[in-house]
Amino acid sequence: MSTNINAGIPLEPERYELREGAPYRFDLGRRDFFKFLGAGIVVVSVLKPAVVAQESGGANRRRGESLPQEINAWLHIGENGKVTVFTGKVEVGQNIRTSLSQAVSEELHVPIEQIEMVMGDTQLTPFDMGTFGSRTTPTMNLQLRKAAAAARDALIGIAAQQWKTDPSHLVTEDGKVNDPQSHRSVEYATLMKGQRLTQMLPAEDPLIPAADWKVAGKSVGKIDGHDFVTGRHRFPSDQKLPNMMYGKVLRQPSFNATLVSADTKVAEQLGATVVRDGNFLGVAATTTQAAEAAVAAIKADWKTEPQISNKELFDYLRKDAGQGKDPSGDGDHFETGSVDQALKAADHRLKQTYTVSYIAHVPLEPRAALANWDGDQLTVWTGTQRPFGVRGQLAEAFHLPEEKIRVLMPDTGSGYGGKHTGETAIEAARLAKAAKRPVKVVWTREEEFTWAYFRPAGVIDVSSGVRNDGTITAWEFHNYNSGSAGIRPYYEIPNQRIVFHEVNSPLRQGSYRALAATANHFARESHMDELAHELKMDPLEIRLKNLKNDRLRAVFEAAAKQFGWGKSKNPGQGFGMGGGYEKLGNIATFAEVNVDPKSGEVKVVRVVSAFECGAIVNPDNLKNQIEGSNVQGLGGALFEAIEFENGKIMNARLSEYRVPRFSDLPVLETVLLDRKDIPSVGAGECPMIGLAPAIANAIFQATGKRLRALPLVPNGLNVS
Amino acid sequence: MATIHLAINEESYSVDTDPQTSLLTVLREHLDLTGSKYGCGEGQCGACTVLIDGRSQRSCITRVGTVAGKKITTIEGLASGDHLHPVQQAFLDEGAMQCAYCTSGMIMSAVALLKKNPDPNEKQIVDFMDGNVCRCGTYSRIVRAIQRAAKGPTMAKGASR
Repeated sequence: MSTNINAGIPLEPERYELREGAPYRFDLGRRDFFKFLGAGIVVVSVLKPAVVAQESGGANRRRGESLPQEINAWLHIGENGKVTVFTGKVEVGQNIRTSLSQAVSEELHVPIEQIEMVMGDTQLTPFDMGTFGSRTTPTMNLQLRKAAAAARDALIGIAAQQWKTDPSHLVTEDGKVNDPQSHRSVEYATLMKGQRLTQMLPAEDPLIPAADWKVAGKSVGKIDGHDFVTGRHRFPSDQKLPNMMYGKVLRQPSFNATLVSADTKVAEQLGATVVRDGNFLGVAATTTQAAEAAVAAIKADWKTEPQISNKELFDYLRKDAGQGKDPSGDGDHFETGSVDQALKAADHRLKQTYTVSYIAHVPLEPRAALANWDGDQLTVWTGTQRPFGVRGQLAEAFHLPEEKIRVLMPDTGSGYGGKHTGETAIEAARLAKAAKRPVKVVWTREEEFTWAYFRPAGVIDVSSGVRNDGTITAWEFHNYNSGSAGIRPYYEIPNQRIVFHEVNSPLRQGSYRALAATANHFARESHMDELAHELKMDPLEIRLKNLKNDRLRAVFEAAAKQFGWGKSKNPGQGFGMGGGYEKLGNIATFAEVNVDPKSGEVKVVRVVSAFECGAIVNPDNLKNQIEGSNVQGLGGALFEAIEFENGKIMNARLSEYRVPRFSDLPVLETVLLDRKDIPSVGAGECPMIGLAPAIANAIFQATGKRLRALPLVPNGLNVS
Repeated sequence: MATIHLAINEESYSVDTDPQTSLLTVLREHLDLTGSKYGCGEGQCGACTVLIDGRSQRSCITRVGTVAGKKITTIEGLASGDHLHPVQQAFLDEGAMQCAYCTSGMIMSAVALLKKNPDPNEKQIVDFMDGNVCRCGTYSRIVRAIQRAAKGPTMAKGASR
């Protein structure tokens, strides 16, 4: 076993989403669908090679591989009429179990209750790179719609054959094929009797246009909501097997500590299974309490090393920075026109620095896994956004071929980009191997705060040049460490230099909802306000003056209208805006704040977001995602920050790390722009990016104080 | 170790454990009542909320020895058969969840609130619920769900549980 479970985990800080090819291939030939699923029809959704590279991490695949290996989903209709959909995507609260069911229901014309989604099971579902990047709606939703439409056509074909009639006048409705001319009708279940039909997805299938959607486009509640309000749903941490033990890992006293020696005698005398393997030291016992007692009884010596603290962080990030890669490469360095000349020639120049702290995802369900060995076959239930990625990590850790490993992902207590890795899976599997019994590992909140990974901290330098009329002519933007998502401006600026500088991060960092787009939009949209102030222009006016993109203009205008931009304000009150474009969605957010002149307490009173992500699939769930983004975004904007010193997290508890609560809740208003003519895209991330700058800009309007660091007011505003 | 007698969801249980063990651990590990969730272990997030004699309590910081013989209600005991408690129904009707890991604790806290105050205003809801964390940020929907449950016709019946 690898001594450091973090080693070899592809944790790209920004475009972290795995460039390497899928580590294995799904072989259709070895899978007998009908033995497994029973008779009926199977429609296999096949990705086009170009899409494969993007969606399945298959960029490096050999040419000439047969298409069936590029399967990304399939759908089965059984002899009982039941529809089962298989996808490697997973449910972490974004409600795709519901929205994907809606898509299938719409195209296949079956009631949504008749659809079962099998998700994120490496044995049953086709390979999927992971659930992140707001990719489910633009890709999987479309693939499943196509598969469902193909199944519908096949059903019509079978009915036409049986009735010896022309399929073109047959219609489907409510799980039946109808012939309006002869008034015949047959249920899908009847048509499926004795069928063994496999269909590859035809390239072009007439999809139902968004304007004619009946089920999709409507609000449908969480499809299995009943199981959640009754406590019946088993999250990963609720999983159980007969004879199961509970695992605990002895944690290093600080990051990068090395185990020198350990005395485990007492722990063993307590009856626990103790495993020491390299730097890994863990126990399994019959109860959590016994495991805790055993781990506490281990005497271990560690070699530690001095490390920086959050107080020195921003200096460190600048000092350690790289200079950005080849401009023609991966977008780390982008240049157009001549920034230096344009800056010189500008009527006004402005140079400012913005910073963002490390923050934690704090998924309410900490990481959890249950592992079971059957000989050399390993099965793990765990909460991860990348079940196939975790399978790869397990294979690496245990030197096993992936066929021997099955990872299942029960619907999980959230992720926000924080559950891409398989720490608990590996820990539970290692302990289970030694104990020869199933072992469950559930991290404590402190472990989750300390041993997961963080949203990257960063320093952003912005230099701009602008003409007296508000036209921006030069834009230089350097991001140190936080990442390059959303780094390019959507404002029309002829001269630009945009550089992302990689840094050797002092803390383990990785994906977080909206990634660095939050930091980059915070810097850019704050800077836009500063320019407006410099020129004594209206902040909305300067944005619209430099913005050509119609979709982005539309959300700014819609949000401004709903917000009542331009209205007069009371003392202590401030209004601000921020917005942008990310993951193919468009957002504008306006915020109203109140600042208490005595205490300096900042209260976000009202937030108005206008959002456009193409054709809307489920309006209520979309609103839920936008509201959730804004509520979660409040934390990072106002008060969330990880404090660390010498390899230790100093605020690794909910009593010390403040997250948004009911009392932080502003009035939330959402304007949805439904563009039925534009393909749907995801909405889990983009809506978050406008909030922090909107609040910062509103605080400035209220007080004249310009805050350039996230979180803005961890201890309230200094009003002295 | 001691044998502790517990009355949970109108059933009797005997558990052999240290009385210092948390009620949450006993519910989840000993009795397989996993509807109550671990979120923080220090009474800060409310995911583990249960009712003890009708009042909401954080089971993660409640020693099991202190609740022997008291009437304990968990999320599993809220519905009557297939008939959901009005608060459960209101959470569904308002779509007041995303990942839903906080949902059991939210519902138990809301039930306790409505027992105490059958018609709370928004500020009273916010004050009472402030110890329950929803990381997905569905707070406004939860407030609406509680208001809906308070107004609902079946509340009087459900609230007696």
